[in-house]
Amino acid sequence: MTDVALKSRLDKRPIQEPTPWDQLKTNKNWLGLWFMLPAAAILILFLAYPLGLGVWLSFTDAKIGRSGEFIGLENYEWLQGDSTFLLSVFNTMLYTTVASVIKFAVGLYLALLLNERLPFKAILRAVVLIPFIVPTVLSAIAFWWIYDAQFSIISWTLKEMGLITANIDFLGDPWNARWSTIFANIWRGVPFVAITLLAGLQTVSPSLYEAATIDGATPWQRFRFITYPLLTPIIAVVMTFSVLFTFTDFQLIWVMTRGGPVNATHLMATLSYQRAIIGGSLGEGAAISTAMIPFLLAAIMVSWFGLQRRKWQQGGEND
Amino acid sequence: MTDVLAEKAARPQRALADTSAADHSEGMSYLNSLPRRLVTLYLPLGIIMAVLLFPFYWMALTSVKPDEQLLDFDVYSPFWTWNPTFKHIYKLLFETEYPIWLWNTMLIATCATALSIFASVLAAYAIVRLRYRGAQWVGGAIFLAYLVPPSILFIPLSTVVFQYGLFDTPFALILTYPTILIPFSTWLLMGYFKTIPFELEECALIDGASRWQILVKIVLPLAVPGLISAFIFCFTLCWNEFIYALTFISSTQYKTVPVAIVTALVDGDVYRWGSLMAGAMIGSLPLVILYAFFVEHYVSAMTGAVKE
Repeated sequence: MTDVALKSRLDKRPIQEPTPWDQLKTNKNWLGLWFMLPAAAILILFLAYPLGLGVWLSFTDAKIGRSGEFIGLENYEWLQGDSTFLLSVFNTMLYTTVASVIKFAVGLYLALLLNERLPFKAILRAVVLIPFIVPTVLSAIAFWWIYDAQFSIISWTLKEMGLITANIDFLGDPWNARWSTIFANIWRGVPFVAITLLAGLQTVSPSLYEAATIDGATPWQRFRFITYPLLTPIIAVVMTFSVLFTFTDFQLIWVMTRGGPVNATHLMATLSYQRAIIGGSLGEGAAISTAMIPFLLAAIMVSWFGLQRRKWQQGGEND
Repeated sequence: MTDVLAEKAARPQRALADTSAADHSEGMSYLNSLPRRLVTLYLPLGIIMAVLLFPFYWMALTSVKPDEQLLDFDVYSPFWTWNPTFKHIYKLLFETEYPIWLWNTMLIATCATALSIFASVLAAYAIVRLRYRGAQWVGGAIFLAYLVPPSILFIPLSTVVFQYGLFDTPFALILTYPTILIPFSTWLLMGYFKTIPFELEECALIDGASRWQILVKIVLPLAVPGLISAFIFCFTLCWNEFIYALTFISSTQYKTVPVAIVTALVDGDVYRWGSLMAGAMIGSLPLVILYAFFVEHYVSAMTGAVKE
């Protein structure tokens, strides 16, 4: 259509071969190239090239200030016997699984609640999002203070209620620290899940629910056979993002525990930071972060295809 | 007897008529009684809200509490203070480099956002409207770029930043943040550009407008809501970014708020909780204010991009 319009305009002129300059200005493919140039330049220089470099670094013994020699799979072989690395893999899996599942459950529940008839609906929705808006590091600092070993408000409240006698050492004990950081992650992630699912819920036509109720469907059946199937595509996307962000989380852990106590909360991201930037072993750190890629791909695949399957099983369009 | 039956038969019809007249968003909640709603709706909602908001309350309260009340839970109730003080905030603003960090964050976020939106507008327009050879393929690649997390990139990127001579300058962040922002805002703007009727552009083309003129004079004014959404989202992400700022900046005077609070404000074993909380609160305020004005855009940006 565009070309026809252009041609009819050009036809009115005396016949003239388009100069190379005109070609560069009007040819679709050249124009596409010009328009893509700024984005492509940044993404290639600062994303694609470093990504490749990171994989290459993981096969070298590079240190800060010294470009490394190629040493093949040595980094990975060494990591296989490194108990701290294995612990960080375990922590990452635990952190991602528990936090994602709870975020999904609470987020969906909150979305369903917010979808009800409520006074001050708009304000409520806006307020729910605040934990997601506020920079993670700043809310992590607030949690750090809430989890303080001596002056934790949670310990104080529980003691006042007579439920415990001694302060809880939230960030000092390995398992306490794990659950505490997971809780902070859930706290931050729930608003995102809730608001996105709420947007999905609002596209579901109320007449479907009315029809189902007239047919005698229970609330659970209405959820299971109307809400859930219609929400599946959006759940797939939200959970993919949620798993991705949880798996690669760095900020919360680094601010609250720096991987401690005794490496109990080290995620793969924090461990690679510690080894590469603080310890100076770029090659080893790069190997740890490269090792995240397969896990990440698997997690994305599971949450994407696992939830999307419904759609193409039923012969729906895969657009 | 017949009257009662007639009454019963009429009741569902009346209920139906009521719903069709009422706002559709109400759904069928008219079926629930108030006590039931209290337990199944308001109570859980109240608990979740309280948990979501408590850290902010605690943050704000700590930042105005006098020091002696801060750590003495036996004498003073920890949940309230009757003598608020601005000492912590004053100390933060006038005795630390906090204003410089705020300024850095603002500058870096603004520049990175502007750069990303410029690049994304061009890229999104080219992918959606120019349909050059391979456009769809490039669109897919850009979406994949969004899935590459900073936690994987920061090590090689730190050597790259060093190679380019950008280490410990604001440019290190201004140029690396767009790698997170461009994929997202391109995706978002592609959706907006698709909704603009193509006929408008055709008419302009026939009238002899160049592609650049069409983009600036027709497409962009129509895509303002999309641009605002992209702007807010980019700005929020920049403000929130931590790992690049932590890795690429070492001088205190170039640090951004999140990094500076963690590295420069925490000294040794003595945590100045009052100033720390004040710093966290003031650091969040610009975003909360921005967000308060553009809530709808923010939500539509987040959900719109997910629905794509």
